[in-house]
Amino acid sequence: MSLNKIFRNTLLVFFASILLSACAVKTTGKMQGDVYTGKDTVEYLASGVPDRVFFATNETVLTTASRETLRKQASWLRKNSKINVVLEGHADERGTREYNLALGERRANAAKDYLMTYGISGNRISVISYGKERPVDSGSNPLAWSKNRRSVTVKAN
Amino acid sequence: MRKFIFLIYVSLFIFNCGKAWSLIEVDITRGNLNPLPLAVSPLSVDQNSKEKFKDTLKLEDIGAEISKVVENNLRQSGLFNPLDPKAFLQKPDIAHVKPRFEDWALIKAQALITGEVKIVDEKLRVEFRLWDVLAGKEIMALAFTTVSENWRRVGHIITDKVYQRLTGEKGYFDTRIIYVAEEGLKTSRIKKLAIMDQDGFNTKYLTLGNELVLTPRFNPTNQMVTYLSYFKNLPRVYLLDIETGIQEVVGDFPGMTFAPRFSPDGKKIIMSFAKDGNSDIYTMDLESREVEKITNHPSIDTSPSYSPDGKYICFNSDRSGYQQIYVMRSDGSKVKRISFGNGLYGTPVWSPRGDLIAFTKLHKGKFYIGVMRTDGTGERLLTENYYQEAPSWSPNGRVLIFYRETKSDSAGKGFSAKLWSIDLTGYNERMVKTETDASDPSWSSLLTD
Repeated sequence: MSLNKIFRNTLLVFFASILLSACAVKTTGKMQGDVYTGKDTVEYLASGVPDRVFFATNETVLTTASRETLRKQASWLRKNSKINVVLEGHADERGTREYNLALGERRANAAKDYLMTYGISGNRISVISYGKERPVDSGSNPLAWSKNRRSVTVKAN
Repeated sequence: MRKFIFLIYVSLFIFNCGKAWSLIEVDITRGNLNPLPLAVSPLSVDQNSKEKFKDTLKLEDIGAEISKVVENNLRQSGLFNPLDPKAFLQKPDIAHVKPRFEDWALIKAQALITGEVKIVDEKLRVEFRLWDVLAGKEIMALAFTTVSENWRRVGHIITDKVYQRLTGEKGYFDTRIIYVAEEGLKTSRIKKLAIMDQDGFNTKYLTLGNELVLTPRFNPTNQMVTYLSYFKNLPRVYLLDIETGIQEVVGDFPGMTFAPRFSPDGKKIIMSFAKDGNSDIYTMDLESREVEKITNHPSIDTSPSYSPDGKYICFNSDRSGYQQIYVMRSDGSKVKRISFGNGLYGTPVWSPRGDLIAFTKLHKGKFYIGVMRTDGTGERLLTENYYQEAPSWSPNGRVLIFYRETKSDSAGKGFSAKLWSIDLTGYNERMVKTETDASDPSWSSLLTD
């Protein structure tokens, strides 16, 4: 009788945990630390060339994943030498407006510098910061903020 | 665009300010939990003038309307408790000539404001008196003549005079707020420059919303505004003449300029210029067009604000690793960090009195508006919220206006941006009425001083 009960409880816990993990998977996208690693908002400049990189809160350092994305962009830009790009730097909504404008500019320039080390001429790259003015996700939660801390490479011509 | 300089003739006919026999005194240095009860008697209007104002201004009773402006201002200040006019026993015209003080004392009014409105040579003439009910005497009397469209301003000027007489400090009611009016989705907000009276009336939009505009700030004479515009997708600091509507870009910078403010003499604009991932602070002389680099540091230096004497600049920098507040001489020398509390500090603004710096603070996921002395001591947090920033001082340095945003879901539901004001004491927090959502408020100086 009591063994049966224990068994039933274990089963319940088991199902509950399955249910919970199902919920966790359901939340869109992922984060590592607080850097967004999902694909939800990502668009592609060409097949296999993601258009954006993501940053940690208050940071402008490029992650390993970001550097990989930018190397793909650089090789695409080398193959398409007539295309110029604008790097749009953004911040999340959890900062003062003026500081975030500077932060967005610094993020876009971090991406620009990396593209340049891979042989892309600075003349082909312009930079604009939108600070926190143009979020992609309106949510007031850590996941949304992680999607908004980004530098997006956009074709200029 | 309506004319900004109004001609207001202030004729002083009796002014018993001397010797302070009056018993009324309002202490504004601490939170006022017992606002002074006073009566604002509707200003009396003769029948002939009343009819004329009805035609020209479409106002049923201009005297009562001006009184309402005064009453509302005094209530919003948190220092006064204007009594319900329904309780008034004496008629406005008689009260203005000879108040029966017993009647006003009976309803517990300690001060009484009376007045009279007339049309004289097609102009609006307003006379008002301030009475000390307990002492049973007149303590102030003034008259103004102005164009009748300015009737609300007359109410603001009366409030300023009363406020000054009863608190000993200048008022802040005959002032305007410039701000950014917001509409639309959070991901693609439409933003316009807007200007309104301090009490939320007479809103005018100065830009159409075709390009993103941010952080407008008045010059000392309130005729010019400097702000950030994304015109042609090039974020640059602009200058706008409010009267003529003429806009021009400030300087010829090969990159984003932002966070502009005027120097206290109005001759320079101080701002940040971002290049190659580094933001430094620059000034440009508006006459000579000479540009000067004030900070030179690989960190982000932004949000500069001059001390009222022009000798110092406070600004925001992350040179220590995170956003903190710094003070330096106006030539960029003697840089000193002044914020050392827990958390991040931004948007420092020097008070018009010169003794305090207001700021935004982010700590453990909450945003605060606070003040500290100019050496960083005496930090005091006035209000805590999910998101708020960008304080701007009232011209007398007693009130701060700022904006506050609410949380939203991924579709943007629940989002709003509103202007709020709070006393330096931390009391009297109020939402400031705006036609649309609003952010980035900047308070003008007194329009008539």
